[in-house]
Parts: sequence; C-alpha cells; structure tokens
Amino acid sequence: MPDTSLPMTERSAAPPQPVRFRGGGFTVKGHRWAALLAFVVLIAVWESTNRFGLVSELFLPPPSAVASALAAMAQDGSLWQHLKASLMRIGVGWVMGTVAGMAVGFAMGIGSVARAVGVPLVSAFFPIPKIALLPLFILWFGIGEPSKFATIGFGVFFPTVIATYSAIDSVPRNLIRMAQSFGLPWASILRKIVLPGALPGILAGFRITASIALILVVAAEMIGAEYGIGAFVLTAGNLMLTDQLLAGVLVLSLLGLSIGTVLSILERRLLKWR
Amino acid sequence: MRLIIKDLCHRYDDLVVLDGIDLTVQEGEVLAVIGPSGCGKSTLLGIAGGIVAPTSGTIAVAGEVPDGCLNPITFIFQDFALLPWRSVEDNLSLVLEHHPLSAAERRERIESGLRRMGLWDFRKALPKQLSGGMRQRVGIARALAVRPAMLLLDEPLSALDAQTRELLMEDFLSLWQRERTTAVYVTHNLDEALRLADRVVVLSRRPGRLREIVTIEEPRDQRLEPSAQAHLAEVRDRLWHLIRAEAQLADREIADA
Repeated sequence: MPDTSLPMTERSAAPPQPVRFRGGGFTVKGHRWAALLAFVVLIAVWESTNRFGLVSELFLPPPSAVASALAAMAQDGSLWQHLKASLMRIGVGWVMGTVAGMAVGFAMGIGSVARAVGVPLVSAFFPIPKIALLPLFILWFGIGEPSKFATIGFGVFFPTVIATYSAIDSVPRNLIRMAQSFGLPWASILRKIVLPGALPGILAGFRITASIALILVVAAEMIGAEYGIGAFVLTAGNLMLTDQLLAGVLVLSLLGLSIGTVLSILERRLLKWR
Repeated sequence: MRLIIKDLCHRYDDLVVLDGIDLTVQEGEVLAVIGPSGCGKSTLLGIAGGIVAPTSGTIAVAGEVPDGCLNPITFIFQDFALLPWRSVEDNLSLVLEHHPLSAAERRERIESGLRRMGLWDFRKALPKQLSGGMRQRVGIARALAVRPAMLLLDEPLSALDAQTRELLMEDFLSLWQRERTTAVYVTHNLDEALRLADRVVVLSRRPGRLREIVTIEEPRDQRLEPSAQAHLAEVRDRLWHLIRAEAQLADREIADA
C-alpha cells in the first residue's frame, strides 16, 4: 500500500536517491573447502620441493615417503604396538588426573575452606613443568608404567582443578538461589544445578588436559620406554630415519585430532541446550 | 498467609541497606514495594523469602497454607531463573522432584501449571527457544506448581517489552482474581504498582526506610475504567512526588560510585 499520509509536495519534492549499503564485512562466513584446499596445497608444495631436489630427503622426506613408512609400520604391526602403549598411558594417566582434579576442583568450587587452602597450592604447583618431575617419579615408582601414569596424571590434575572450580564459579548464582527458594536439598542443588551448569567449563578443560596428556606421554616415553609413539619417534630420530620419525609425528597429530573429535561429539551430546 | 516484618535492619559490611522496617502483609493482599534504585527492595524480598539472612529484626508468617502447598513462600524472579538445559516441563518438575509426590500427581501439577499459563504446547521446548514473556510464564507456572501461600515477585516484568508486560499483568490479575494469593511485588514501575497492588509501600533511598504506605481504593478489576482514572492519576502523582527527588539523588550516587 503506498504511503499517502504526507502532503503531495512533501512526497514529490526531490528525486529519491538509493541508500548506499554500508553494512558489509566484519562477519565470519563458512568456507567449507578452504581448509582442505590449504592441506592439499601444503602437501603439494612439500612433495614438489623434494621432487625438484630443493630439500634433501634426509632432512625433510616427502609426504609420499612418510605415507609409505606409515603403511609399512601398519603392515608389520609396530604401529599398533606403539599406539596401544601410548593410548594406555594416556588413558590411565588422564583418568587418574581428571578424577582427582574434578574432586578437588568441586571441593574448591563449593567450599570456602577448601578454596582458601587450595588456591595458593594450585597456583604454586601449576606452573611447574611436569616432565621435570619424571626423574623423581621414576625414583619413587620405578622406570615402569606407574611413573609415566603419575607424570601424566599430575600434569592433568592441576588444569582440571582450575577448570572445574572456575566452571562452578560461572554457574549463575540466581539459579542456586532459585533452587534454595524452592527448598531443594543441598545434594540436589549440586547434582541438578551446579554439575550441569559447570559442565561446559569442565568439558572445555578436558580439551586442554587431553593435549597436555598427549605432550606428556611423548616426553615420558622419550625418557624411559621401549614402546610408545614417543619412544618410536626418538629411536627413528637417533637412526636418522626421518620418514619414520615424521610418520610417528603424523600419528600423534591424528591422535590429537581423534581426541578432539571425540570431545566435540561429547560436547554436542551433553550441551545440546546451548 | 500473613507476613509480619518487625524492626528489620540489614547491612552489607559497613553499608546499611535497610533500616527499621516494620510491615505486615495481610492475607490475600497484593503489596507493591517501590523506591529508588539501591534502596533495598530486592534485599527486603530476599529476607522475606528466607534466602538472605537479615542483620537484625524478625520475619514471621501466620495463617493457613492452602491444601497441597509444597512451598509456602515462593519467588518469581526478574531474570526468570530457568535452567537452560531443562525443557519447560522439566523446569517445573525440578521444584517437585524432592517432594514425596506420586508420578501422577507430579504430572497433574505440571500439566495444570502449564495449561493455566498457555504453555502446554511448548512443554518440550528449551528456555532458549521461548520469548522473554513465555520464559516468565514458565517462571509463573513453576511457582504455581507448588501451590504457594505467598508469592514474592522481584521485578517480574522489568526484563520484558511493554506489550508483553501488559499481557503478563493481565495474567497476574486473573491469577489474583481466582486465588487471592498473598503477594509482595517489588517494582520500580509506578504503573505496575497502581494496576496490581492493594497497597503500595514507598521506601526511601539507601538506607531503605519505610516512607509511606499508600492504599489504592479502586478494585483491581475496575482500574482501567475511565471513572477510576482521575483518582489513580492523583495517587500516581503522589507516589512520584514521594520518590522523585530521592530517585534523582540515588541515580547520582550510583553514577558517582
């Protein structure tokens, strides 16, 4: 319907000018194929530097050689042997550190005494590079698996504590007040409000601790292990088998990606409400 | 149910928020509390509902609670306070789960609350899928599910747009028409107070002291009638006169802080 509410003179005084669009940019758009293309270009450039003799194969073997080394490892079974050892260490160490870290983080999140005691301790211990403690753990627990579990567990513990109590702090206090005003018991408030409310922060912490566990397992295996991706990478480096070394690094990268994917799936399932 | 507040004082460290409040909320009455920002209105409500411990003074309730009442003093919150990870019906279920109700009775309470607020078709929705007005309706349905004897409403409409406020005021009017639930209604909006309350308590700026109690004589269901307008305008002017200068001072205090 035309707007006839203005007098005729107002409507026809000057020729209308189109309003120039000024709202472009500053928005992030999805480019589905860009990442894939970037990988393809990177691998192509890398491969061609070797093919054209620009870089020695000893110092940087081409992707095709790395892929062949990986295939050979998979065929002779050594890949699975190393991977199994690393996964077991990551799994046990991460679970130990996470369970203990969540328990302490929860105590610090809801208890003022636990927080008063815990915050200075966590602040003091958190910055220590945990791998520096491996010799001490070897002294305590021996060269076998327990010292590696302890290193990974200790490394995972502190970030989990911090993530958990920060996540509890971020639970809106109005929800807790609401629950109290309806007379919900303390345990119900913890289970039905604090825990689900803190879950996004706790899961974000899992991402960080999974990466820490991966770094620590490689470092621990480099110091004292027969099997494991870290041990394999170190041996390959010592023998100048750079194609195998990079195959090991590739396995670590894929392992990190897989852990990230599992956590993403977990987040999508558990945090559908966001 | 009646609420009796005697010589109530409250302070946060050195900051005195409420000072010497004596007030009785009668059974079935809707009492509005107005006053400048920071005068302790919400603190008063928190103390009345037992979720803020007063520094001194007494709060008591007297009278019968209705049949099936699970939470005699029940809040309706300004920010709705809904659990974002629970559906609409599960938000209602939350406040019933710790009571020894049969599954059938719990379902009946949830259904009755949701149907009364026109939310039955949205029972599976998450709060983020609802408009602000609908979220507050969930908050009201949740309060109704426990069949309260007294409602404490903390600026329940202030986060909503004008049209939704109007619609929800109609909901409150029909609720109080039907059930005569005692209510304390904290607001900074004079029109809401004039439309909904039987009496309006005016608090001074911090520390909040009781300045005046204004009774609104017109029955609630006749306050939109032309015949009531002149008197309501007079009451409004009087209330505004009482809080205007203090509201300005309180505003400056907040800006300075």
